Amino acid sequence: MKQTNRIKTIVLAGLSLLMSVNFYANHHEGEGHGTHKEGVAKEYNPVVTIMDHIKDANEWHVITTDENTAHPNHISIPLPVIIYDNEGLKFFMSSKVAHGHTHEGYKMTHDGQVVSVAGKKKADMFDVVKGNLSTDAVFFDLSITKNVATLILVFIILMIVFPKMAKSYKKGLVPSGVAKFLEPIVLFVRDDIAKPNFNQKQMDKFMPFLLSIFFFIWFSNMMGLIPFPPFGANLTGNISVTFVLALITMLVINLNGNKGYWGHMLWMPGVPVPVKILLAPIELVGVIAKPFALMIRLFANITAGHIVVLSLIGIIFIFQSIGGSLMAVPLALFISVLELLVAFLQAFVFTMLAALFIGTSTAEAHH
Amino acid sequence: MLGLVTPGFGLTVWMLITFVILMFLLKKFAWKPILGAINERETKIEGALAAAEKAKEEMAELNAKNDELRKVALAERDALMKEAREMKIQIIAEAKTKAGSEADSILATARETISQEKAAAQGEIKSQVATLSIAIAEKLLKGELSTDDKHKALVDNLVNDVNLN
Repeated sequence: MKQTNRIKTIVLAGLSLLMSVNFYANHHEGEGHGTHKEGVAKEYNPVVTIMDHIKDANEWHVITTDENTAHPNHISIPLPVIIYDNEGLKFFMSSKVAHGHTHEGYKMTHDGQVVSVAGKKKADMFDVVKGNLSTDAVFFDLSITKNVATLILVFIILMIVFPKMAKSYKKGLVPSGVAKFLEPIVLFVRDDIAKPNFNQKQMDKFMPFLLSIFFFIWFSNMMGLIPFPPFGANLTGNISVTFVLALITMLVINLNGNKGYWGHMLWMPGVPVPVKILLAPIELVGVIAKPFALMIRLFANITAGHIVVLSLIGIIFIFQSIGGSLMAVPLALFISVLELLVAFLQAFVFTMLAALFIGTSTAEAHH
Repeated sequence: MLGLVTPGFGLTVWMLITFVILMFLLKKFAWKPILGAINERETKIEGALAAAEKAKEEMAELNAKNDELRKVALAERDALMKEAREMKIQIIAEAKTKAGSEADSILATARETISQEKAAAQGEIKSQVATLSIAIAEKLLKGELSTDDKHKALVDNLVNDVNLN
């Protein structure tokens, strides 16, 4: 079993060599970890690993070595922490609060969450909606977290790839380079997603939005499938990200809604007045329900994919035998390949439904 | 577990800012030029196809026209040949008639000339004969006209002879 652990360590160490970012070692001592002794197996709990991966974090955990010793060695990429509280704006690297250290009233939990030493709550969107914004009760974490870093990376990749594609058309109208691969997908979005829902004028108006959400979701999904930093973060499986995508989609749907759309919603034509009154609230729920479904669908699908792959890999550490690997690795490979399809499919579904909803809200009246 | 479905403040803000900027930048630097280029190409291809179709139609039209022209030319040639043949026959016939009439007129003229010449020759012969006769008669008379009677009788006789001729 020690040998298995050594192999694991070697493999993970080799993986870490792929990265050129400066790491720091994070020795967790005490804090409930003191129960395991040197050489004695701690029962492996895959749920912890999986949940740590699924959630956002203020540091980018790479690997942990010497896990079953009294001094597990957590290797992580430090990320900038930006906090706004009653003392103003605070900026420091997450390495300052690692090792169980406290810095400017903050420390970091084992799963990489910066928390207030004073017990203040980290503000989330529910607090924003409820108006619970007093800096005495909550603090605002604007850190470049793992997911924000991934978001910026996706931004950079998209801003390199697509302007490059656009530039390639200046040489000639025949697609060359990256355009050769991406043009069919752009055409797919245009002809199979946008065209059935829009007329020519609307196409010009909404195509940039549809292409942006499609490629953002697709690239983010695929980056989440690459299992080593700076990739592998669960970006589109984070509810904040899908919330924003759905929010923007909702705004686009309703701000462009025409008379017919609002007429059908508030005063359904062709039905008796009592039914009109009954239908209006039901239709109004749809304004929220449609983007809400978009938000949950993308979040759940991508998160589920990450959970399944990690669970299958977790089998190896539960069984700690060759047999377990023989079963888990092909299955994980199969699911990963399936996730490649899901990555595209979910981008397609989100974009197609967004196009459908926008199409309905902007459709010309024809009756 | 609730934390998983609670949108965090920081990531929501960053996502909102990043995505809106991304959308506008991509719209300006990627989607507009890309879609523009694709549209331009499609219009070009459509135009080229239409032009090819038109050229094909024009070609067919041209061929049809050529065929017609050939037919017309052939008909014209046939007509010309026919006309030429007819003209040849006509010319030959005309030439024949003309030659015939010319020959006739030449013959007639010749005949006339001959008769005229003959008449002239006869007249000349007559006058020659008369002169000769007179000369002979003179000679004879010189000998015989010793007497008036004889003289007179002889002249009468001679004149009668001449008239008879």
